[in-house]
Amino acid sequence: MADAKVIPFDDDRDRSRGAGASAASSKRSPGDGGRTGRTGRRPGLTSVPGRQPEGAESGEGEGADASAGPRGRDEPAESGSGSGSGPGSGSGSAAGEGGAARAGGLLERVLGTDWETRAARGLDFLRRRVTGEYEVDDFGYDQELTDQVLMTLLRPVFEKYFRVEVRGVENIPADGAALVVANHSGTLPLDGLMLQVAVHDQHPADRHLRLLGADLVFVLPLVNELARKAGHTLACAEDAQTLLERGEVVGVMPEGFKGLGKPFADRYKLQRFGRGGFVSTALRAGAPIVPCSIVGAEEIYPMVGNSRTLARLFGFPYFPLTPTFPWLGPLGAVPLPTKWTIQFGEPVPTDGYPPEAAEDPMLMFNLTDQVRETIQHTLYKLLVRRRSVFF
Amino acid sequence: MGKVVLVTGVARPLGGRFVRRIQREPGVSRVIGVDAQAPVEDLGGADFVRADLRQPAIGKVLAEHAVDTVVHMDVHGTPPTLGGGGRGAVKETNVIGAMQLLGACQKAPTVSRLVIKSTTSVYGSAPRDPAVFDESTPVRNLPSGGFAKDAVEVEGYVRGFARRRPDVAVTVLRFAHILGPAAESPLAAYFSLPVLPTVLGYDPRLHFVHDDDVIEVLRLAAGEPRRGTLTAGTFNIAGDGVLLLSQCARRLGRPTVPMLLPAIRWSRSVLRSVGATDFSPEQIRLLTHGRVVRTAHARDVLGFTPRRTTAQTLDAFASEHGPGLLPPRSIAGTVDRLAALLPGKPVPQTSTAGAARPEEVRQDG
Repeated sequence: MADAKVIPFDDDRDRSRGAGASAASSKRSPGDGGRTGRTGRRPGLTSVPGRQPEGAESGEGEGADASAGPRGRDEPAESGSGSGSGPGSGSGSAAGEGGAARAGGLLERVLGTDWETRAARGLDFLRRRVTGEYEVDDFGYDQELTDQVLMTLLRPVFEKYFRVEVRGVENIPADGAALVVANHSGTLPLDGLMLQVAVHDQHPADRHLRLLGADLVFVLPLVNELARKAGHTLACAEDAQTLLERGEVVGVMPEGFKGLGKPFADRYKLQRFGRGGFVSTALRAGAPIVPCSIVGAEEIYPMVGNSRTLARLFGFPYFPLTPTFPWLGPLGAVPLPTKWTIQFGEPVPTDGYPPEAAEDPMLMFNLTDQVRETIQHTLYKLLVRRRSVFF
Repeated sequence: MGKVVLVTGVARPLGGRFVRRIQREPGVSRVIGVDAQAPVEDLGGADFVRADLRQPAIGKVLAEHAVDTVVHMDVHGTPPTLGGGGRGAVKETNVIGAMQLLGACQKAPTVSRLVIKSTTSVYGSAPRDPAVFDESTPVRNLPSGGFAKDAVEVEGYVRGFARRRPDVAVTVLRFAHILGPAAESPLAAYFSLPVLPTVLGYDPRLHFVHDDDVIEVLRLAAGEPRRGTLTAGTFNIAGDGVLLLSQCARRLGRPTVPMLLPAIRWSRSVLRSVGATDFSPEQIRLLTHGRVVRTAHARDVLGFTPRRTTAQTLDAFASEHGPGLLPPRSIAGTVDRLAALLPGKPVPQTSTAGAARPEEVRQDG
């Protein structure tokens, strides 16, 4: 289901708020309005793949229910007779449905008017998941799961906890490949996830960010599974090249562990940008480089110390010691609720260079420095603008 | 005087199928099947020569029949069904057999085309590898043992042969996991288990290729190249699309048992010491990290597009082996019944947009 993303799982923000409002208004208008509302919602629900002919009987049952249900919502008195005349359901179930319709009226008041639609969509989603009838791409990116589950889980963190302010997201082109280059900080790579939510939720053209992660991500159990399903892949030239050639928006954090695990005293000081491999990859693909500055992630886990012994023991690049971790146990792993800003800068075009430019080390260094300086200056500007770490 | 094709490994169902198929090719006058065991299935009009590839006798067969095309299919991941020893015998057939055959080919001036059935296992599978393997991707960690290592060694000998006999067109076909009626791959055996043990916290990406596509691409590679295509070279052969192991399990209707990686390694060593079923470490690595290959090279250069996608191949496998303990249809039916309990169901797909009036829907029902 490549087009599965058009079905929002719950009332996720503006997109489905619009849809929900139109559905609600059509329900309120009598007669015809209800019908158009239903037909309008139909494509999302009929896009169930692999509906077997054996399911025809239950489909008829659904037909009877469907004829009863929406009418029941408009005129509760008629709902009993409506479902009673449906031959698929017996008289016993008719009474049950009448009760269900009454319960529906109650639930409607509690949960909002479109709860049935949402429940139906949820079951639709569930049906696809339990039968395995969904699609993943070569990298294991499960778009449906990402849009409907992972983003839904991350969104409260994005909106309520870190209250991320996103600026200049339109600097990511509406179509075609782009390479988003961001600073990396915060001991745990929450900034990457927030960046993904920012692009997913705020970009006008519904772009999806494909992040490049360190190899440690793909070694750890569970983490690698979720990372692959969320569309992340290993930060290597081959994978980045393939994704850019497909016209995806690729996100990379060239500082890597040097930026992620730097001490609190060095906050907002950009580390070395690797060997500038991201520039040559972007040049080969002719993709613009979008510099991105993230403010706020540095303070979520103030890393005051680093236990090298424990890091070596676990095979991690560093083992953070913060004022709360590991002293308070799992409670110490709760990030501080800082206020974040994610600023996307002007894209740096790379399509004006000849093909052999990707092999030119001087040009690589110049472009790398240019991107790095842009991010660093934007960081300073945002820091001056910031009123406080937490507000 | 048409071509004389020699096919090795014809005792297996896949080899037998290929022999029957290649006889129907125009321009092929004779087909010679070679194996150490008698073939299970009828080879049609092909001549069967019982010869052990590990012995130098194969050279005489090549010279006697003036063979010009050799299709080497005797590289297997599983021991033969009929009384073939364990892993040691398989390894010897794979490696020593390939060495003998290549040595014989080098001495046979008539041979002009060589096709080798290899596997994508040669790429290994590791978290530090790129997500999609190309034919030219340098392998970072070589497979440590098992069938994958055999295949790596065989490919090494084939490269040496290609250097010494530049006049021979050498085609190496790296197949993804073969599923289908004639296929006997370790993964097919795995998917036939009632309950699939998986590695906890990992969901590998898998590629499959159907039997029919295997036969078709072997036929393509064994024949003269068509206009604008080139058969010599190394090609990844896999169906389009990728399935996750969890997806495969759900589509097959087989429950999974996630196990910790150390527990799997431990139980493997216990099983091996008892002498029961053996699965190699490379298979565990596959089920941990998965493997996906790029097939664009086969499409562009060889001119081969698989007819079945990965998902269709699995569907064919599922319909052949029957559903498992959790048939997807009944689960879908349960969800549908649950959905039918919702009071306000939107219009189902049975009625068209024009005839969405409730009365008509009720009459249909």
